Amino acid sequence: MEALTKIVKAAAEAATGDEKNIAAAGSAGFAYGLAAIGPGIGIGLIFGSAIESMARQPEAAGMVRTTMFLGIAFTEALALIGFVVFILLKYA
Amino acid sequence: MAVDIDTKISILSMRDTGPAPEAALVRDIIKRGLIATPVLLGASYAIWGINGAYSCAYALGIVFANFALAAALVAYTARISYALMMGSMLFGYIFRLALVAVAVFVVRQSSWVELLPLGLTIILAHLGLLFWELRYVSLSLAYPGLKPKKSKQKKSEQPTESATQ
Repeated sequence: MEALTKIVKAAAEAATGDEKNIAAAGSAGFAYGLAAIGPGIGIGLIFGSAIESMARQPEAAGMVRTTMFLGIAFTEALALIGFVVFILLKYA
Repeated sequence: MAVDIDTKISILSMRDTGPAPEAALVRDIIKRGLIATPVLLGASYAIWGINGAYSCAYALGIVFANFALAAALVAYTARISYALMMGSMLFGYIFRLALVAVAVFVVRQSSWVELLPLGLTIILAHLGLLFWELRYVSLSLAYPGLKPKKSKQKKSEQPTESATQ
């Protein structure tokens, strides 16, 4: 039991410094990757609906493209927020 | 003699040769962004000093370039085919995010960079300019991009009125 406690203590000491930094960087990168998944799905859905609308009503293509572009830009803002939070947590 | 031809054409193989509304939208967004630039630079300078102002200017450049690249990709590929437009929008999203990340990572250790104003300006400028632009977007078949200005509308109405008199 005493040996086990010594091992845990040694592991905790080793985890300080570089390893902790590596783990933090990995977690931040993973979080940014997760933040980009949602908007990616959202953009796919927006574009799918836009194509369907243009197929149904080709004369409204300009209007659909305007709405689609704005929708995609708004969805992209979520990914940008994820990126900025990652940058601020990691480096600020 | 009846010939059985499948006349179904995929929308993805079609293309749009009409005017690109995205280009007009982004031109307008950048114009409004340039109006807001002095205010944002002044606010950053007041809070974070000269480095804050530099970072804010850099962030605004990133936001404008991101919008311009997105619009250019859609406008250019829509003239070729909708399938290419779909590809450019989906992969373009990842590509543009990567470009933003690279643009920030390249300068993050520079002496003139303050990360907080840089990040805040990216988010606020992106969202703020989009919300500002929403007020001027027209969703009618006659004007699929931007609403016509009132002065232009009046001018175009005048000859019609005189013609009816």
